[in-house]
Parts: sequence; structure tokens; C-alpha cells
Amino acid sequence: MKKCKAFIIGGSAGSLEVLLKVLPAIDPELSFPIVIVIHRKHGVDSLLPGLLSSRTKMAVKEADEKELMVPGTIYIAPSDYHLLIEMDGTFSLDYSEKVNYSRPAIDVTFQTAAEAYKEDLVCLLLSGSNADGVNGLLSVKHWGGIAVIQDPETAQVAYMPEQAQKNVHIDRVLRIEEMATFINLLS
Amino acid sequence: MEIAAVNDDQVEILLSDLLEQYGYDFTGYSKASLKRRINRLYSLDKSLSFAEFRYKVNNDPIYFKRFVEQITVNVTEMFRDPEFFKTLREEVLPQLGTYPFIRIWLAGCSTGEEAYSISIVLKELNLLHKSLIYATDLNPTVLEKAAQGMFALGQMKQYSENYITAGGKRDFSSYYTANYSLAKFDEELKSKIIFSTHNLVSDHSFNEFQLILCRNVLIYFDRDLQNKVLELFNDSLEDLGYLALGTKETIEFSDIHKHYKRLPGNKIWRKQR
Repeated sequence: MKKCKAFIIGGSAGSLEVLLKVLPAIDPELSFPIVIVIHRKHGVDSLLPGLLSSRTKMAVKEADEKELMVPGTIYIAPSDYHLLIEMDGTFSLDYSEKVNYSRPAIDVTFQTAAEAYKEDLVCLLLSGSNADGVNGLLSVKHWGGIAVIQDPETAQVAYMPEQAQKNVHIDRVLRIEEMATFINLLS
Repeated sequence: MEIAAVNDDQVEILLSDLLEQYGYDFTGYSKASLKRRINRLYSLDKSLSFAEFRYKVNNDPIYFKRFVEQITVNVTEMFRDPEFFKTLREEVLPQLGTYPFIRIWLAGCSTGEEAYSISIVLKELNLLHKSLIYATDLNPTVLEKAAQGMFALGQMKQYSENYITAGGKRDFSSYYTANYSLAKFDEELKSKIIFSTHNLVSDHSFNEFQLILCRNVLIYFDRDLQNKVLELFNDSLEDLGYLALGTKETIEFSDIHKHYKRLPGNKIWRKQR
């Protein structure tokens, strides 16, 4: 990897707690943006940016369509839309069929980001109870990016990172307390 | 789909084929979504090579129809975003009800769920008899389905919940009859809907409306095309008419926005005189 240009986090059941623990320790002057895709029930989304921004000095916002990602900002995938990354680093939204019973689907964001950022991308897959994100991590590896997972032993629901471990050549397995340092060192 | 089989250059080739062969212009669509849809279809149909895939699109009219249907997103539901329909019911439509005649354009109506939802609200407000809904889509196949007024019975529980959240007071099941796995909606609801093809990219304004709805269509367009389509809506909307967009869409970036005032808390703008 030359330089991390985007860091994308995907998670499902049990991932919010991880984010709440990790965010406060992340350097707010990060040289790249963070994009968060987590599964949640439709309609309760508006709470999430507020909840996360209470844990960090970084700007936290829902991703808008055609918005250009800028460093030092945390973008959250809006509920009930897939979040795609264009080759020019802008977001697109898509209301197509659910993928892995999910919208937003982690796979969709990982896959499109993988092509847009190639070896300058790092994706982290957290706790969760389905296999969303696994195909996405395969794409990330195919395009030369870095695939990272939460250590399944530390995950509230181990299935998602476990599936990734089984199917993808994972670069790093991180315990919760190691995550912030890992992210800060990419900067 | 794991690794994209159809690459960016090949997507461009297909887009220029569509334009030259059929006059369909997808070049202003957001690329990531379009590419994903094309690759999805490619693997869904177990295509053997790009050459074969391209040949079918170009030479098989039935496959071409399928191609257009599949690369555009046709996911929709009745009373989707109930809060939006609540505002339509309580604010927008009663306002328009003071007019002798209400013309509504639903652009990108897909399989028609939203058209029937609007029709239900108009009926309950006792405005249906003096309304006309022009429901358009670029895709003739989805319009045929829309005109049938039949939707999966399994969806009705969700739609009924949406309807109630949107301020509906009646028994939702009174609007359809169950027929095997389908719910067939009353003919009366369809009587004031005109389903017709219209391509936002290439077709012009065809009437003046008091309400234009185009929800979750602009997200698939790039900024230039969004601008162009918003100009088209502006040209097709009467003064004091309403423009309604999807939850994550806006007119703020466009030149037309200075003529509009937003209804607080909603993705609805009213054209100023």
C-alpha cells in the first residue's frame, strides 16, 4: 500500500459497541476519510450520526449523493440505500434490491470502493450475524487493497468476521483495543 | 458478483451501442451504479463472454428490453416513506384541491405502486374525480405491469402498515381483491392514471402540472443530467406548484432552486410566483 486514501468499516449486529469504543481514540486530524456501513432497522437512522459524533472530534455526517469525500470526516451510509463509491471519490446512492438481506449492503460499498481506490483502500469488517462484506473483501484483495477484520473472539457475533477469515486472505485480525492505533498509523 | 466481469471500457462500449442502436442515452447516469447493474445482469444470465453479451444486446430485441429493464432500478413500494405521503395527504393535496382540476406527473413511476398510492389518497380526499395522474417511465415493460394494477399479496401487510403510518384511516384491504398470490387493485383507482413512456434524458415537457413527483430517480443521474431534468420539471410546473423528490435528493445545487421554497422537514419544494 502506498497511502491510505479511504478507510471503510462494515458491521452488523454487535458492531455499534465497537465503534463507540474505537472512535474516541482515533486521531481527528486523520489524512483520509472514514466511511461506515452498518446494518440497522429502517427509520431509526437519524440517531446514528449524533450518537457517533458524541464520541469524536471528527465531523460525522450521513453521506449525501454526489458528495466528495474529504479527509478527517466520518461518513455514514444512510439507511435503506446502498452506498456506492465512484471512481472520482464521490458517493452515489442506489435503491436497488437488498443484497444479503441488507440495504445498505457492506458488499456494495466495499466492492465499488475497491475499484475506485485499489491499493489505497483499507476495509475493516466487524461483528455481525450474516456474511455481508465477505464478497466485498474479496474484491478489495483483488484490487490490491487491505482487508482487516475484527478478531472473531472479541466479536459479540463472530459469524461475519469468521466467514471473512474462511473465504478471504485477511491481512490483519484486530482486537477492539488495537483498532484505533492501527487506523492512526495509516495516516 | 465478486469481481466485475464487465470493465469500465466495456460499459462505455455498451452505452454507445445503446445510444446508436436504440436512441437510449445512459451516458449521464452515475457510473458505479450502472456498472454494478450491468455486471449483475451479466452474471445473472450466465453470459459466456463480453462479446456474446454485447451481441445479444445489439441484435436481440427481446434481450435488449430485458437489458434496459434490468440496468434501471425498479424497486418500489406502496406508500414508501409514509411521512412523505402524510404530508401529501395533509398539506399538498388539500391545497391543490382548491383548483378546478389537478394534473400530477409521476416521473419514473416504475411498476406503478406509487401511482396507486396517490390515487388512494386522492380518492379519500374526494379529489380523484377531478385529478389526472400522468405516470411515466422510460421502460415499456414496467408500464405494462403497472397498468395491470396487480401486486404481490405477500407485500400487502407492509403496504397496509405504510398506509396507516401515512394517515390512512380505512381498511387497506378494501382497495384490492386477492387473486391467488396477487392483490388486484380496484379499477376506479386506475381510471385517473395515464401510464405512458417518457424518457427524462431525451424527451421534452409535455404539459403543465401542479404537482410533479420524481422520487429516487435523480440519484442515478450525474450532476449535469440532474440539472437538465430539474430544468425540465421547472418548465413543466405551474407557479405555486409542488415538486417532490426522494429522501436523499435535493434541488439546492441547481439554478432552479432560487424560484422555490422548501416545505420544512420535507423533500417537497413549492414554486414561487
